Amino acid sequence: MMLLAAINQLWHAAPLIVAISLVYAGTRHEDPQAILGHAVRLGVWITGFMGVVAALLFVIAWWL
Amino acid sequence: MSQVTIKSGDNESVIELKDPAIAAFLAWLIPGAGHLYQGRTTKGLLFMICILGTFFYGLVLGNGKVVYASWRPNDKRLPYLCQVGAGLPALPAMLEAYRQRHGRPPLFGGMMVPPRFPENNNGKDELAEWHKDLNRNFELGTVFTMIAGLLNILVIYDAWGGPMQYAEEKKDKDKQDDKQKPG
Repeated sequence: MMLLAAINQLWHAAPLIVAISLVYAGTRHEDPQAILGHAVRLGVWITGFMGVVAALLFVIAWWL
Repeated sequence: MSQVTIKSGDNESVIELKDPAIAAFLAWLIPGAGHLYQGRTTKGLLFMICILGTFFYGLVLGNGKVVYASWRPNDKRLPYLCQVGAGLPALPAMLEAYRQRHGRPPLFGGMMVPPRFPENNNGKDELAEWHKDLNRNFELGTVFTMIAGLLNILVIYDAWGGPMQYAEEKKDKDKQDDKQKPG
């Protein structure tokens, strides 16, 4: 139940990742296509990084 | 008038930055407004939606209490330094702090008013009550509004000097030129 509650809280990260990716990419390019492409790559990178950190924390918590 | 040239693959385009100082000020005041002033409408709208959306989402999560200006000995609200980067939407907090200091009633139904402490609130610690009532949403709302303010700093830079890609490409070009120099 604790894990499910924590996963529900993670949904707040979705709009934040979208906003950060789009704004950051927007400050790097002028062409909308380039902005979108960069934003998608950055969004995937952030999500992957968060996933790896979450997995590490989960393993550490399970192990200890 | 100021302008920068952007290279995207084989295409080269010129961006009119108009008056960069005015654009930067407008970009701070209302996220995206600097770009709209420069005629960069798509980016202006993108920044406006993303930054204002993030700011107001955080404000709603925190029930309007997470953005307040306070520099009292027992409550130095450092997150406000980031939140004020979002410009006009965060400025009522300063007005509310001023009004509270001078004993005047709040203007916006208690939004953005600094919490009162036990010494002037019949022994009640309002900040502790907000944390108890809002639970983790207080922190989430604070983080969202802070990130909105910090993102707007990137946008202000973009309105002032054009996309950062330009600076990177210029650096790469300088490196290539250095390599091509004889000796």
